[in-house]
Amino acid sequence: MSESARGGFASRFLRWGKGGEGRGAREERGEPLTTKAFGRFLSYLTAREGPVLLDLGPVVGQNVAFFGERLGCKLFVEDLFVDLDRAAKEGRGAELPDLLRGRITREDASVDGVLVWDLFDHLDRPAAAVLGEQLARVLRPGGVLLGFFASGAPTPGASPTHMRYQVVDEKTITQRPAPAARPRQPALNNRDIARTFSGLTVSESFLMRSQVREILFRKPQR
Amino acid sequence: MVQIGKSVVIKGELSGSEDLTIEGQVEGKIELRQNVLNIGPNSKIKAQIFAKQVVVQGEVIGNVTASEKVDIRDAGSVDGDITSPKVAIAEGAHFRGSIDMQRGGAKPAEPAKVAAPPAPAPAPAPAPAAKA
Repeated sequence: MSESARGGFASRFLRWGKGGEGRGAREERGEPLTTKAFGRFLSYLTAREGPVLLDLGPVVGQNVAFFGERLGCKLFVEDLFVDLDRAAKEGRGAELPDLLRGRITREDASVDGVLVWDLFDHLDRPAAAVLGEQLARVLRPGGVLLGFFASGAPTPGASPTHMRYQVVDEKTITQRPAPAARPRQPALNNRDIARTFSGLTVSESFLMRSQVREILFRKPQR
Repeated sequence: MVQIGKSVVIKGELSGSEDLTIEGQVEGKIELRQNVLNIGPNSKIKAQIFAKQVVVQGEVIGNVTASEKVDIRDAGSVDGDITSPKVAIAEGAHFRGSIDMQRGGAKPAEPAKVAAPPAPAPAPAPAPAAKA
């Protein structure tokens, strides 16, 4: 094991073990994940003056503080899981492409970064295509989009959940399952994911230990 | 601290120089630039808000500007844009809108230093440098 790997583990261990926190506290905060793509995402974002970030996940106070206070981002929060849950509860899951059309109201090329977290795991292909097109539209040239994509098939019979991600630092995030009305959809393969965000190019792609693919997209400069 | 009760409905502009707790409904504009505004659990606010600190436990529709802090508690809900140097949002709170922590009147924190990304292989554009 490398020195840095040991250091990373040690710091995580100390952080999670601080104050005699037990398993309950860890569960409350979530499972820590080491991420490579998130650091790259931040690098692109912080290279910009007054970066504008669009977060499509649940509102998480610590993330707001991280992006707003620490990085100086202007943050737009649009929790689309609420839309997905509402559609599922109303039995309108099949209408998601129509419901999502025009959902992102930001102007063209007005956003430097988009965080979709695991949102696209919960969309079927038509809905993913509709949303992907809107996100490509609002990104500025050179802007970046980060998403997490499951690899395996959804567990049959499992209660539907989505992940609530919390940023710890540029290399570590935590994930915690949150109840959802809409279950995860069959995993998209890499080619389908790339097609979903037509107009963007895959800049980086990593496979996490959990078999989740973290993929960083970039909008080409004009 | 002044309190506006549950049964009170105000339409118009509300301003003052004391801390205020609202339990009722306000529609219009609230200005307490040097004071704390506490929006109670049952209150419904449809207004532009300007205050030193804003604590939201009820429902707010409108933009919120605070020179020190906006604190949305777990039952609180804000639909609007927030401008404040500090924003705290509890789990379970609802928020939809934008958050700008740079124009709230306080000096922004030093941006995190993150290593510059490698240049993407086929990209014609140069890799951006990390912000100092």
